[in-house]
Amino acid sequence: MAYIIDRRLNSRNKNAVNRQRFMRRYKSHIQKAVQEAIKQRSITDMERGEDVTIPASDVDEPTFSHGTGGRRSIVHPGNREYITGDRVPRPSGGGGGGGGGDASDSGEGDDDFIFQLTQDEFLDVMFENLELPNLIKRHLKGADSFKRVHAGFAHDGVPAKLNVVRSLRVAKARRIALTGGARHRISALEDDLVLAEGAGDEVTARRIKNELSELRRRIKRVPFLDSYDLRYNLHLKQPVPTSKAVMFCLMDVSGSMDQHIKEMAKRFFLLLYLFLKRNYERTEIVFIRHHTVAKEVDEQEFFYSRETGGTVVSSALKLMTDIIATRYSPNEWNIYGAQASDGDNWNDDSPLCVDVLKKGILPHVQYFSYVEITRREPQALWEEYQNLADSLPDRFAQRRIAEVADIYPVFRDLFQKKVAAA
Amino acid sequence: MSATRTIDRTLGTPISTGSEWTFELIRTYDQEIGRLAAEFRLDTYPNQIEVIRSDQMLDAYASIGMPLGYNHWSFGKHFVESQRSYQRGHMGLAYEIVINSNPCIAYLMEENTMTMQALVIAHACYGHNSFFKNNYLYRTWTDASSIIDYLVFAKQYISQCEERHGADAVEQVLDSCHALMNHGVDRYKRPDPVSPEEERRRQRERAEYIQRNLNDLWRTVPRAREVDEREHEQFPKDPQENLLYFIEKNAPLLEPWQREIVRIVRKIAQYFYPQRQTQVMNEGWATFWHYTLLNALYDERKVTDGFMMEFLSSHTGVLFQPNFDSPYYRGINPYALGYAMYTDLRRICEKPTAEDREWFRDFAGAPWLEVLDHAMRNFKDESFILQFLSPKVMRDLRLFGVVDDDEEAELQIAAIHDAQGYRRVRELLASQYNLSDREPNIQIVAADIRGDRSLTLRHTQHQRRTLNGGTDEVLKHLHRLWGFPVHLESVANDVVVSTTTCPA
Repeated sequence: MAYIIDRRLNSRNKNAVNRQRFMRRYKSHIQKAVQEAIKQRSITDMERGEDVTIPASDVDEPTFSHGTGGRRSIVHPGNREYITGDRVPRPSGGGGGGGGGDASDSGEGDDDFIFQLTQDEFLDVMFENLELPNLIKRHLKGADSFKRVHAGFAHDGVPAKLNVVRSLRVAKARRIALTGGARHRISALEDDLVLAEGAGDEVTARRIKNELSELRRRIKRVPFLDSYDLRYNLHLKQPVPTSKAVMFCLMDVSGSMDQHIKEMAKRFFLLLYLFLKRNYERTEIVFIRHHTVAKEVDEQEFFYSRETGGTVVSSALKLMTDIIATRYSPNEWNIYGAQASDGDNWNDDSPLCVDVLKKGILPHVQYFSYVEITRREPQALWEEYQNLADSLPDRFAQRRIAEVADIYPVFRDLFQKKVAAA
Repeated sequence: MSATRTIDRTLGTPISTGSEWTFELIRTYDQEIGRLAAEFRLDTYPNQIEVIRSDQMLDAYASIGMPLGYNHWSFGKHFVESQRSYQRGHMGLAYEIVINSNPCIAYLMEENTMTMQALVIAHACYGHNSFFKNNYLYRTWTDASSIIDYLVFAKQYISQCEERHGADAVEQVLDSCHALMNHGVDRYKRPDPVSPEEERRRQRERAEYIQRNLNDLWRTVPRAREVDEREHEQFPKDPQENLLYFIEKNAPLLEPWQREIVRIVRKIAQYFYPQRQTQVMNEGWATFWHYTLLNALYDERKVTDGFMMEFLSSHTGVLFQPNFDSPYYRGINPYALGYAMYTDLRRICEKPTAEDREWFRDFAGAPWLEVLDHAMRNFKDESFILQFLSPKVMRDLRLFGVVDDDEEAELQIAAIHDAQGYRRVRELLASQYNLSDREPNIQIVAADIRGDRSLTLRHTQHQRRTLNGGTDEVLKHLHRLWGFPVHLESVANDVVVSTTTCPA
């Protein structure tokens, strides 16, 4: 007689741990694959998994076994024309061809080991060890982040929260309280009964017995568990302080930014956008694009609009200060800025930019980063900003991007998790 | 039963007609097939049939057939690998996985049709099951009733170690043990079966003992008088083929928990050792019996013609043997070879030809059930082929032997399926399944316990065959376990031809 068991509802992913161990072991390969992928993908195509290729020799589990060479004999099926003593040329590597070799061994073997990262794993690797720096302002903010805390016990609740121990304890206390008098009386009467029976007083003995049985009935009527006894665990929601953050994305779309440079700027912001959306649920993003005038736009327009013109970088910075003043009080918000430009600016404007940054923005923001996308020498804006970077190294950083391949490293560099100074 | 079975064609109505399975139908099929199996005198463990989904089947694949395994990255690798090839359609999933345990656990996939479930029940629950229970290798080397408990113990123990010593430290030991796994089996000694409680008790004892006592072998304070005699003593006295056992007992620097892990890997290697030696026999046996049992069901008209068509189509699929020059050729298909041999054995018993009487005079014409039973019980692939591969099977499969000698420019056809060649082909094929030919012969010959504590291994070359490129890596693993230098000598014709040392 067989036991037949339905295991279909058992947990899936029995191998999740093993898979994770595998990924941990080949982390460097995976990181490299992710970096390559980011370089090659189009900007709209970041949120999907990736094939990771690991050279077969790296995942090999070595054992003692025979190498090639020596004298070996193999039996094969399907002989057609060979007779004993025939000599046939050695087949050249692999395959099953021409009379043997070690077809069974070389059929697979040398292929690289390939496996697929899921989208989640891909993004995890992509943004591993990155953070928004100086995210320190925390505030009790209304209604979106709570933690559940124990708050004693209640008389009402859902059955799932029934506290059995408490309930039974209360029930026991109630039983003791309700029957205490009766039980006292019983033990007194039992003594009397012994006396009465000893004295041969039939009448008293019968009266005592009646009273005893009446008392015992009364005790029995006290229920073991009453709905009054039930106690439920009580949980309350307590708001927890959360940090609110806003990221300002400032992109130059002036005429000097050619298609290629714009593409790179967009890639940079897209990475930033993905990073924030994934790792910081409650972060707001403000998109500002500028040529000679700056404009706050939505995500769609930011990434896809084709409007263009001359360059006045300060316009964007000014708009940013305005928005901070009206909507994001620096007391409450952690404010971040990321600016991308080719560095080409209206001559007189660059000092103005520094001025706005220094007075209007840097005192209020946690971190401001500037990337200059150009293959040429550093431009006016870079030179002007350099002083800022030197004087405020943990608030302001600037990096240069020349190639598509630089984007991801620069991005990592800007948002690298910093180990707290000892 | 056997040939005298009367076939009543008016008998019975089909158990099922559609392709959907239900638990009731599985139960009915199992009862019917079990009844027939009993008539054929198949002796089995009780069956435990578990219905699983395909992703669970992938999980089972990854843990190389262990129903529960400890965690290790290599299982993750297997998993990722099979998941990928499954998803891209490169690989169909096996219809079943069966575990040598008591009760015998067989997995049925939910996606299978009713016919496939019946096929799997016949194949796994009666074919493999009876093989596990009766073949001498399994009887000698595995203890079906305690394996699950042992695996539970192993998993718990290793996860405890991970908590205590860190996953990385445990992984290192496991990596090293896995590298030596194939050389961690006893080939000739029979271990006593122990119960899981006993196992746990002994494990504690071992750990305590080792902690309490210095290993005498490594005593550094010399005892005045004995030293001289002991100096000349070779250690180990005899060469040791079970590398993991030697490490477990003698490695000087291992912590008790590391020794226990070595032991766990060694035990599991030992458990799988018979399976590696009986591929052809085991698969052939199961295939022969699913074919025989389901045909018997059909003879009783318990299954429909459609059922038989579907069954035969997957049966022939399993037995597909591409020729050596086909692009699909991946060596000899153990199902095809094994099935052909058992079927031919039955034929030799039932309708012997003159050739059979000459080749198999012991049993040509004998009752087939007994001959097959004997063949199943007392052999492993190598000896099974050597005993029972008949000229007819060699002709049918058109087997031929090729000699590949690296000192000659061309391959030579050593023998083919003709009168002069039968014996030679048979010998060649048998030796191909001889594990000690297939795996290099490596033994521990000396541990220099008086000197630098280095360990010397000897690889005795067989037919001038050298070791592959992974050898250095394996030596590193061995070095990690042993803790002192490790030398590997390669010996051909009693002359040391090369020596490898780790650390180099």
